[in-house]
Amino acid sequence: MAKTKKVVQLMPTDIKEELLAKYPPKVARKRAKQIMINEATEAEAPPEILANVRTIPGIITMRGCTYAGCKGVIMGPTRDIVNITHGPIGCGFYSWLTRRNQTDPGPDGANYMPYCFSTDMQDQDIIFGGEKKLAAAIQEAYDLLHPKGICVFATCPVGLIGDDIHAVCKKMKEKFGDCNVFAFSCEGYKGVSQSAGHHIANNQVFTHLVGEQQEVPEGEFKINLLGEYNIGGDGFEIDRIFKKCGITNLSTFSGNSSYDQFARAHHADLNLVMCHRSINYVADMMETKYGIPWVKVNFIGSESTAKSLRKIGEYFGDKKLMDRIEKVIAEEMPAVEAAREEVLPRTKGKTAMLFVGGSRAHHYQYLFAEMGMSTLSAGYEFAHRDDYEGRQVLPGLTVDADSRNIEEIEVEADPERYNPRKTPDEVKALEIAGYKFKHYAGMATEMDKGTILIDDLNQYEAEKLVELLKPDVFCAGIKEKFSIQKTGVPMKQLHSYDSGGPYAGFKGAINFYHEIDRLVNSKVWSYMKAPWQESPELTGTFVWE
Amino acid sequence: MRKVAIYGKGGIGKSTTTQNTVAGLAEMGRKVMVVGCDPKADSTRLLLGGLAQKSVLDTLREEGEDVELEDIRKKGYGGTWCVESGGPEPGVGCAGRGIITSINMLESLGAYEESEGLDYAFYDVLGDVVCGGFAMPIRDGKAQEIYIVCSGEMMAMYAANNICKGIMKYAESGGVRLGGLICNSRNTDREAELITELASKLGTQMIYFVPRDNDVQRAEINRKTVIEWDGTVPQANEYRGLAKAIDENEMFAIPTPLDIEELEQLLLDYGIMEAA
Repeated sequence: MAKTKKVVQLMPTDIKEELLAKYPPKVARKRAKQIMINEATEAEAPPEILANVRTIPGIITMRGCTYAGCKGVIMGPTRDIVNITHGPIGCGFYSWLTRRNQTDPGPDGANYMPYCFSTDMQDQDIIFGGEKKLAAAIQEAYDLLHPKGICVFATCPVGLIGDDIHAVCKKMKEKFGDCNVFAFSCEGYKGVSQSAGHHIANNQVFTHLVGEQQEVPEGEFKINLLGEYNIGGDGFEIDRIFKKCGITNLSTFSGNSSYDQFARAHHADLNLVMCHRSINYVADMMETKYGIPWVKVNFIGSESTAKSLRKIGEYFGDKKLMDRIEKVIAEEMPAVEAAREEVLPRTKGKTAMLFVGGSRAHHYQYLFAEMGMSTLSAGYEFAHRDDYEGRQVLPGLTVDADSRNIEEIEVEADPERYNPRKTPDEVKALEIAGYKFKHYAGMATEMDKGTILIDDLNQYEAEKLVELLKPDVFCAGIKEKFSIQKTGVPMKQLHSYDSGGPYAGFKGAINFYHEIDRLVNSKVWSYMKAPWQESPELTGTFVWE
Repeated sequence: MRKVAIYGKGGIGKSTTTQNTVAGLAEMGRKVMVVGCDPKADSTRLLLGGLAQKSVLDTLREEGEDVELEDIRKKGYGGTWCVESGGPEPGVGCAGRGIITSINMLESLGAYEESEGLDYAFYDVLGDVVCGGFAMPIRDGKAQEIYIVCSGEMMAMYAANNICKGIMKYAESGGVRLGGLICNSRNTDREAELITELASKLGTQMIYFVPRDNDVQRAEINRKTVIEWDGTVPQANEYRGLAKAIDENEMFAIPTPLDIEELEQLLLDYGIMEAA
């Protein structure tokens, strides 16, 4: 079959107009603010985009709920905390091991991730309240497994009937004495997307877990890696590189994580923020309370990985470390380069679209760029304006009823444990040398002029975009997977990586090159024709067309 | 069978009025079932002579799905069937959901079947219509006629007006109608006139004016309806009168709730509120 015909020079404004054409006026007005034609340059700030606002009812959104963000994303990947979903069974069942978070408990380590814990609330529990049943479930989990921690997640009905899950957890924690029990008021309806759940999870992990372990862990150049979820083993690859460089990763939030990792996180000297959207809250709180600075990193893409490693070296300012990092990069890059050169002739000039996450849609553009592929359009499901436009917009962000719904916890410097890791002079010296703390420029600034950024993309717009721009690969999640493939365009899941991975770090980059090469050059779905496409029995048009 | 729901402000005397009226209907030979829709489960106390009755929800919780009609209804004064929906302790769970569950349970057990030979089913509903669960008796055609117990006190009239809003909502979809206001007198000034006027503004009638009489309290202390306690006292005749009025009622209206200004104006006109 001939190469798919590209649409001849559609202007970005035409595409935007086309996406909005079918909407009723009010919907079109709102969506227009969420579709931004990128005009960002190095010198200019990107145009404003409307993000983190309610999805319009009736639109088939790509978003998830607050519970999904809290239980599924942040706490799900932790292996030795028993995560109990307090609610009817569906919420627990459908959030059970769906994200391919890998974990390595070692030969003797506890791993409860393969289990699904739920209070399985029935009609009777809704009527009479579920607190007793929850207490019984916590007791049962404790008796069976003696975990270090038990977390309880509220589903929608629990919020409606007002079960006091925090009081139940407090009581059980006091009763056990050797098990940390705490709860998350992460009812699905709470925010506009899963983003609210991330924030709630950050708050509770920070309040109940971080700082619990007193003894100082061994190791040099101690860091935490925040916002890395070890999908398909990404975290394993990053840890391999850290180890090789002599960097000690105390705690990953929350891929391949354990109770003790969270509990000792406050001993780190630097926080590395990978997924800015889901985890920046805890980075800020740790800085305020313990004096640990944070920097934005990205281990997706070999160049980004090298850059991020150098950023760590520069922060610690240790010659030995910096040399070792350079040596590791030099060792790793040849294999990456070889793989890149192998696929480049086939991938160069190809195009991609990414609609995923709160940082993935940004990070993966680096990998595509390394393969000579350009990103035509990208967007996040649950990001806020700062993830698109950069953190400088933060002071101007409007607080609305939905964001006010999420608890903002007051953090102060710990009277005993606050210890600024760098003196003001050291910070200043680094900044003068171009070092950026607490800095994220956002996705827009790094995308080409004229590309289209779309917040909270939906089913209709996804199909329309594919139809108009015919990308060579479309990246999103499982909900979009099959509808995109039906259009004949290859689809790569960047939430769970289909069955692939790791894609982070150096080895991950090699995996990704091969995977994308395979996808964009063997468009099997475009050869498939449904019977009605080949010989339609009836043809017709809508009366309004 | 006529399905009747009694609503009104909390503490206005819904349960007392319902049971005394039902006693009147029973005396007239009508076959009545009373369903208490209050988590406190005290809507059938006078008919059952104080007998504590196991609620539908408690039974359901203890017996599981294997519940018989006989487990959840008891025979009270004059052959009336008494049922208590029951519900959670104050401050926990969802009482509204409980009412939905227990009415569904009664239906599936056949409590409303033709073979039961009921002339009336009375729902005695907790306080205001606070959420969907408490509106259950007026949804899906479960009750077709509503009587609101009120008095000449301002808050009772506010509540009556609010309940009318709930009825109006379901009147369009479910066919429920307002049968009238029952004035349970608190001896306020020009009370009967005021409630008659309120009723006419709401598009309904004051179906009966129940005077205040301490015999009601005396009967209650004895865990009896007035008719059972002493059928010869004047108050017994008042309840007989109310029962007869309901039995013969033919005025069923979709209420026309007042806006707050209108309601306050009414109170001003009748001299209850002084203009500021």
